[in-house]
Formats: sequence, structure tokens, C-alpha cells
Amino acid sequence: NRVKILVSGCRLGTLTNLGKNGVQTMELPGCLLYTKTGSPPHLTHDTLQAIEGVPAVVQLTLSTLVELHEVLEEYKAGIGKFIGMPESVLYCSLHDSSTPCPPGYNSNKTVSIWGYGGRMEMTASKFMSMQRALQPDWLQCLSDGDTISGETSRKRAKKSVDRSLSFLDECLQLQEKSPELQGSMMVGVIEGGDVLEERLRSARETAKRPVGGFLLDGFQGQAMAKETKLKLMASVTAELPEDKPRLIHGIGKPDEVLECIERGVDVFESFFPYQVTERGCALSFSYDYNPDPEAAVLEQNGIQDAGKNGIEKDINETSKADPEITSFEIFLKEKRYRDDFGPLVHGCTCYCCQNHSRAYVHHLLVTNELLASVLLMMHNFQHYFSFFHSIRDALRDDRLDQLKELIFRQAL
Amino acid sequence: MASPSVSGPALSLRVVAECGLSKARACELWLPHGPVLSPVFMPVGTQGTMKGITARQLEGLGCRICLGNTYHLGMRPGPELIKQANGLHGFMNWQQNLLTDSGGFQMVSLVELSEVTEEGVRFRSPYDGEEILLTPEKSIEIQNALGSDIMMQLDDVVSSTLTGPRVEEAMYRSIRWLDRCIAANSRPDKQNLFAIIQGGLDPALRTKCLEEMMQRDVPGFAIGGLSGGEAKDHFWRVVTLSTDRLPREKPRYLMGVGYATDLVVCVALGCDMFDCVFPTRTARFGSALVPWGSLPVKNKQFAKDFRPIDENCDCPTCHRYSRAFLHALFRSETAAMHLLTVHNIAYQLNLMRSIRESIVEQRFLQFVRDFMRTMYSGQERYPLWAVEALASVNITLE
Repeated sequence: NRVKILVSGCRLGTLTNLGKNGVQTMELPGCLLYTKTGSPPHLTHDTLQAIEGVPAVVQLTLSTLVELHEVLEEYKAGIGKFIGMPESVLYCSLHDSSTPCPPGYNSNKTVSIWGYGGRMEMTASKFMSMQRALQPDWLQCLSDGDTISGETSRKRAKKSVDRSLSFLDECLQLQEKSPELQGSMMVGVIEGGDVLEERLRSARETAKRPVGGFLLDGFQGQAMAKETKLKLMASVTAELPEDKPRLIHGIGKPDEVLECIERGVDVFESFFPYQVTERGCALSFSYDYNPDPEAAVLEQNGIQDAGKNGIEKDINETSKADPEITSFEIFLKEKRYRDDFGPLVHGCTCYCCQNHSRAYVHHLLVTNELLASVLLMMHNFQHYFSFFHSIRDALRDDRLDQLKELIFRQAL
Repeated sequence: MASPSVSGPALSLRVVAECGLSKARACELWLPHGPVLSPVFMPVGTQGTMKGITARQLEGLGCRICLGNTYHLGMRPGPELIKQANGLHGFMNWQQNLLTDSGGFQMVSLVELSEVTEEGVRFRSPYDGEEILLTPEKSIEIQNALGSDIMMQLDDVVSSTLTGPRVEEAMYRSIRWLDRCIAANSRPDKQNLFAIIQGGLDPALRTKCLEEMMQRDVPGFAIGGLSGGEAKDHFWRVVTLSTDRLPREKPRYLMGVGYATDLVVCVALGCDMFDCVFPTRTARFGSALVPWGSLPVKNKQFAKDFRPIDENCDCPTCHRYSRAFLHALFRSETAAMHLLTVHNIAYQLNLMRSIRESIVEQRFLQFVRDFMRTMYSGQERYPLWAVEALASVNITLE
């Protein structure tokens, strides 16, 4: 791995020797390809291939795959081949960030995950048995991250650290005895809620173990105040070795991504473009920190368009915008797009923008057609992957401040 | 080699090969958006989209003509908007051929019908409750705005299981509506208007309708009013009666036919073009079409079946995914529906390609025998109507 440190705690670099063949690489900072049940939502291999900049590392979630334990044990060849991605680097996380877990179900010996069939209690043993069937390249260790649903006591924060370290040691032992998992990298999970002491303890202790990377867990959701969150993040990453990647879950909005990168985080999920798709929206924010002098592009994409600005209150509107809509996206079901024959985003080179119009996608949404989600997912993924590309460019060109300013201006 | 017959300013057909035995033929159909090889199956993309798959995927499967529905698109987004978008081709960015139906069938099947008069069909919009009158002129006006390569006349559609004077009334009215449609077509140089033969299951009515409609100058004919639950025994007899009389040099479009066996038999009976929602709809319900029937991959029995849907299928789905994965995916992901849709369209198009090749290579008889043997394990299982229909055109299945 070659990870350079730049100013303000940002890192730029490349992870090398990834995957079963050891030839894949991942640029940092970067994101993972989000999947559900091993498929990028709404997409087939062909439509996925039409997207530019698809990340090298694919994220699987145990929660969407846990029902396949028996099937995969019989299949034997591992989840990559099963899902039609034999060449991809695979990271398996515990949970799916688009579906929050109910709190209060973890114990000293078990962590609950929610599959399609309901709640499943995972012991370290059961967890590793599943991983032996999956054979991912990276795996998030079994961990107790149940500190995000409101006030967490010091005691609870300490428990999350104790349990997660205990799980880590047990899983590492089990990994040693598993031939199927010799090529897999354990991602150590840093817990501790909002208690600095516990966070530091978790970071230091986890770093002592032979893990290949670190997951900063428990920073999802609204429970922690923003300032606390960011300070803790910086304190945690300061304790971690520089040559191993730092992952985070549940952070997806462009402004929040930048904040985390400034505090030493490298790898993000891409569930955010999926959520945007599900609410009938298209990512439209600009990440072009080198706009051409006319800056007509910004206006065309309509910073005014996005988010809560200008949503027409039309009594004929059959469906309102999702309250979760951010200022980084446009809601294509709005009446104003009905006869807008421009692309979703001017200058976007994705399949949807190159081939279809806002009016067409509007029509597909109004008529509840499946293709709406396909086209939006293609656009939203590409837009998001391009955003990460621009982050890396900005770091390289020492223009992160310009990018930050641009993004935060659009964050409302 | 015969040169193409010009059936109209926007269509010409060349019979490339004929089966010496049956009425099957392989043709080249030249339409404004390019050539189409027949026999051809046309997938149905009701609302200006093939459900869940992109135009590029559809084209990649070899599709050169598909359907849009005038009723649906006329309601949403409406003809004015589509005209602004450069027609349906421009709106959905489909550069191959399009066929639109008149809206008539949806009248019968979907909508709360108020009444059918000589004027047109009066119905209530399901979207805003408004009363709408669909006349032959209005249907053609909408279809002209859609800009489809082939438009269907507005016909007076009655259920194929209906008997009595209403059937005769509908047949004669369809002739009169055909004349009105022809008069209303403002773009005969760019858009082909097909007539639709009606008459229920009554040979006399069908014959009368054929006689009359064939006197009109239209570039192609459809056999309508079937595929509605009528007995197969009657169905094939109406089809063959029609193809006996329809002109050789114009395409014969059998509406609503899409099951594999029906396709093979009706090709033998002389039909060129087919459409049906079945393959794409059944995909969305978790069923994959195969030469020996269909696989309900949604079902538990496929949970650990690691083979592709069809080992001999080269579609993108079979190339990469197993039945077991599709089964797992189907529970929660739309991608499963899309993968099955791709496969089922590939299946239909491959079937038609095989049929066509066998006609061109003068081995259609053997093809039919092999097809039936694969589809029905055992001659006792061959559907009687199919055996009879094939026999009527000299195809015997030992």
C-alpha cells in the first residue's frame, strides 16, 4: 500500500495487491460499490458495465446474504462467483446502511443482524462459518455497534469496545483455522460510542491485532452531535497506522464525506446514490472545482433547482418529494420536468444523460415504470463515483479548499 | 430471387424463402426504421419502455421492432408532448421500428367502458375520471404524433368468446372504421396503417371481412379478435382461413400470440409477425422460458440449482448467472426481474431466428418435429389442436 499524507489530515494513495489474484488496486479516498443480495440495486451486469468509474471493491452486506448460508456451503466456490462477479474484490460488512437496525439486541456473545427472514443472532462461531462460505476478500469483524440510537451511557460505550475486541480475537483465531479464509483480510472495528476514552482504547487495542484495515463504527445516524463526531473521528485516526485503510459506514452526503476525509478516513460506501434513486431523484450537485469561466454549467444544473428550493406546491402533484431529499439532488417527478428535454445533468456522460431526457425519466416515474430506477441508479452511481474522482484530483492538485467551498455552498 | 414488393410508400416485403410443405415463409420487411426479418416476435413495451430494460439492452438482443400502446401513451404523457420529443422514437430513444396498436384492445380489457357507438369508443379515464371519446380519427391522430412505423386501425373489438349479432356488427363497423382511419392518416409516406380482420370465430363473417378489407389499399393486415380465451380448435381454423386469402406480398400480423407452440404452429399456417406480453410479464413473475417449457425460478426447488437457466442459451443472463442466484435475488431485488426479462426476450427472439433459419434452409418440417419433441416429452402430450393444425398444412409429427 502506498498512502501519502497531505495537509489537514487528508490522505491520498492506492491500495495494491487486492483480490484473489492480488492484481487489483483501489484509489484512496474512494468508495465501494453498494450491493443488495450481491447485486447493485436495479442493475444487471450489462447496465453496470455501462457506468464509468465503477469501484474495484464491491460491498456485500451480511444482512442481505445471511439466508444463503446453506446454499453457499453447498456451492463451495464463494460468493463472488455466485453473484456473477468472480473478478471483483469483495468486502463483506455486517449491516446494510440503508436499513437501520433496531437497537437493544446485542449481547456479550451475540450480535443480531436482520436478514429478509427476520432477526438472526450471530455468535463468533456462526459468523465465521458464514464467512467461510462467502470467502470475501475483506470482512468486517463481528462487532457491537449498538451505540447510535440516542443517549449511550459510558457503560454501554465501554461494553461495545470490550465485546468487539473479544469478537475480534475469537474471529482471528477461527480465521487461522480456516483454509477458506487464508486470503481474506479482517477489518477491525473501532467502537466506543461518543466517549473519547473508549474510542482511544478501542483504536489502540484494535491496532495491536493483525487486521488489514479499520472500520470507524458508530458514527452513523443523528445521535452524536456533529462537532463531537468529527473530533472523535480525528482522535481515532490519529491512533491508527498510516499504511492501512480506514473505512466508515453510514456517511454518504458529499459534505459529510469531505469532513471525514479531512479527518483521516479513506473508504466510504455508496448507499447514498441508492437512497437518492429510491426517492425518484437524480444527483445534480457540481464537483467541478475548475468551472469554465462562463460558469454557465452551474446555472444550467440549477443550484436553484436542487433540494428544497423551488419545489412547486402543485395541487395536482400526486406525490410529494421525500422529506429526506437533500440539496444535492433534483426530484424528477416535479411538474417542471415534464417537458424538459435536457439531460438529467448538463455535461454528464452517463448512459442516462447521453441517451435520455428529464422529460422521459419524469414520464417513467409518473407511470411507475421499472426503467426509472434503472436509469436513475446508473446516473446516480456514476455521478457519485465521479465525485470521488474529483476529490482525488483536488487532493493531487492541492485544490481541496475550492472543492470544499463548492460542495458546502450547495449543502445549504 | 424475387425483388421486394412495394406494399406501400413506407413498406416493402420480400419473400426470401417458402417452406415447400406448409404455408411458412421467411421474409424481409423494409420499414422506415430499417429492415426486419420475419417470422418476427415483437416484444411489448407498453408505456414507452420495455419494462426494466434499456433500449440498448433490447437492441443488443437483436430486437428490431417492438410495440408501444396508444391508449397508455395517449393518456400519459399524451400525444402533444411526444410530438415535442420527436415522436415516440425520440421520446424513448429507440431507433429501430415501432408498432403501435390503436387503443381498441385496452378499451375492452382495461377500462370502464361507457359505450361503443358508430362514432367511437366512449370511456372514463382511470387517471382523472374524465370522459373520453376515442374515434378512429383520434386514434390515428395520436398514432401520427407517436410516429410509429406501423399503426393499427381502430377496430371494434369484441371478446373472442362472444357470439351473436354483436360480432357481426363489430365486424362491419371495423370495416367502416378502417376507411375512416385510412382517410385520417396524415403521414402515409412515413407510417404504415394495417387493417385488422375481425369476425369472431365465424368463418362466414371472417371471409366477408377479408373480402372487404382486402379491397382497401393498406400495406399490411393483422388477424385480430383472437387470443382471448377461445378454444384453440377454433383459433387455428380462423388463422388458416385468413392466411389462405390474404395477399402473399403483404405481411400477416397475428395479434396477441406469443406462447412458443402457438408461434411455431402459426408460422406454419402462414403468419409473419407476432406480439404478446406473456414472455416479459412472466419474467416479472419469476418464470424463465426454456425449450422444454418454463422454470419458475422463484420456487424453492431452484434454491440450490447452480446451473444457468438454459445451458444452450447465450443470453447475458445465462452467460453469468445461475438459477440459484436468480432465485435468491428474486425475493427482494428488481434486478432479478430484469435478468429474467432479458432471458425471456432472448428466448423468443432466438426461437424466431431458429424458425426462420429452418425455413430458409428448407428444413422447417424437421424443425417443427424437433421442437415439439423437446417441448412435450412424449407424443401423447402433443396438444391435439397443434397436431391437427400442423397436419392441415402437411406437417405430420411421427
